[in-house]
Amino acid sequence: MQRQIGQVRTEQVRLFDRDHPLVLAGGEQLLEVDVSYETYGTLSEQRDNAVFICHALTGDAHAAGWREGDRRPGWWDTLIGPGKPLDTDRLFVVCANLLGGCQGTTGPASTNPATGEPYGLDFPLLQMADFVTVHRALLAHLGIERLLAAVGGSLGGMQVLQWTLSHPEQLDNAVIIAASSRLSAQNIGFSAVGREAIMRDPDFHDGRYTEHGTNPAAGLSIARMLAHITYLSEEAMAAKFGRRIQDPEATGPGFGVDFAVESYLRHQGDTFLTRFDALSYLYLTRVMDWFEPFGEHDPRAVAEAGTRALVVSFDTDWRFATEHSREIVRRLESARVPVSFREIASVWGHDSFLLEIEDYHETVRAFVDRALERTHETVRTGGTAGGTR
Amino acid sequence: MTIPTRTPGRRRGPSRHLHLRDELAVVADLIADGSRVLDLGCGDGELLGHLERRHGCTGTGVDRDPGAVRRAIRSGVSVIELDVDEQLGEFGDDSYDVVVLSKVLQATRRPAEVLAQMSRIAPRCIVAVPNFGLWSHRWRLLRGRMPMSRQMPYDWHDTPNIHNATLVDLEEFLAGLGFTVESRVLLDEAGRVAGYPPALANLLSGAAVYLLARTS
Repeated sequence: MQRQIGQVRTEQVRLFDRDHPLVLAGGEQLLEVDVSYETYGTLSEQRDNAVFICHALTGDAHAAGWREGDRRPGWWDTLIGPGKPLDTDRLFVVCANLLGGCQGTTGPASTNPATGEPYGLDFPLLQMADFVTVHRALLAHLGIERLLAAVGGSLGGMQVLQWTLSHPEQLDNAVIIAASSRLSAQNIGFSAVGREAIMRDPDFHDGRYTEHGTNPAAGLSIARMLAHITYLSEEAMAAKFGRRIQDPEATGPGFGVDFAVESYLRHQGDTFLTRFDALSYLYLTRVMDWFEPFGEHDPRAVAEAGTRALVVSFDTDWRFATEHSREIVRRLESARVPVSFREIASVWGHDSFLLEIEDYHETVRAFVDRALERTHETVRTGGTAGGTR
Repeated sequence: MTIPTRTPGRRRGPSRHLHLRDELAVVADLIADGSRVLDLGCGDGELLGHLERRHGCTGTGVDRDPGAVRRAIRSGVSVIELDVDEQLGEFGDDSYDVVVLSKVLQATRRPAEVLAQMSRIAPRCIVAVPNFGLWSHRWRLLRGRMPMSRQMPYDWHDTPNIHNATLVDLEEFLAGLGFTVESRVLLDEAGRVAGYPPALANLLSGAAVYLLARTS
């Protein structure tokens, strides 16, 4: 039987306060920033085995293992754990809820210390760099200077890319999965419709829904349903649902839940309401829309720092299709960054990055195993971190 | 056309690359230390790993076989998965010192385009090919059978090699594409370096490795 990570706990820490406010890339300040995070495994004496997990749009700090009362393990439990590709017997893994989120880290639903009310739309607009600033502050708090690797899928992969470009000296390795360095018009279009659904919901009240005792539930769940369609391939939906009728006993067609796929989407939309905030959805999707890191950062600095990258896409992903990953690879490779790229065959579309697909997991394992080996070679030969890379 | 042939005696000594497979050792021998190398059809990255570890080279491999690519990544070689026939446009002009195409050309759909891309990507190319003109191939054809040998071990219906050529055909083709042969290493049927006289090269060689330069 596969060994388990055991019970885990979500921690929370205040990383920025009035004395040390967070200055955002856009120039605005946040007077209080709390971050929720989890860690798995043990930090080595040399502090050279830390891996940071960047989560996707609706993820959270609970990447692996079981918390008390959990009905399912963390969202990337297939990848992280003893003997798994991110092997917690050898690695110290950190995952934090990102800034602007709603699962324990400060976001637009948090209380604005200046007013005592939730920020709402007064929360400043964020950029990808802000997520990385807060991740780095958490590492400093944990006493970790360098990362063996940063790993992320989708929006998580975009954070890893931002981190790689802005602070390559902190990353020995970067794993960027099913991500993009520049959203297409179609990508932005989908995000825009999701946001419209939320903002046009009468219960949105210009973002002051908490004060009004409401929640733009219809808008948020529609945004989620729409997004969910983009996370699966047509093939995957056909395999999962086909044209199956939800309730064969029901008489005739109507405008309810006739097909199984409708039931699934409605369920996804409804359960999302219990764990996600509409404002976070607006803020985080907007960050993705504007993300264009190669316009700001010269990847040659990454080559100089010696950071190595693994970029992975999935052949049926149409949310961030392989061409998005190839663009990242092209930019890095032309700057002479050591970069590996794989397009993994999978029927599951964008969602594949969360699933246990052997070829994908073995690729990550190969890359991370080699990364670990490289640090051991460095320690053994007493060289500097850059010496043997 | 005269072709400068490297014989074993004139090489810098194969001992530099002793633990590489024969033909890879020949290829490695043609690559200067510190070069930036693009290896098309790199397999598990044996050549690049060797050049990076021992000869200060840097580089990228290209392959499509999932198992081989994973092994290459595990060994620390950077590999980009793409289709050599369709996607060499991903690499910039003159972005490498040398591009290696070892035992791949005969399996490409459009050899002329692949070679044109290689010549765009680097000033020098190394191409290793099996020789269809080998006497034993000719003998098998005379007896009415499709050629097979250690260098070309596939049945006609099961071979990835769709563009076979003799060394004479190939050299004519390369010249037409604007390549100058800077060096040619002949291999026997077992893949060992052989010092055949030029007049017999096309009859006796199992394979050959070419170092090519753009004709300016």
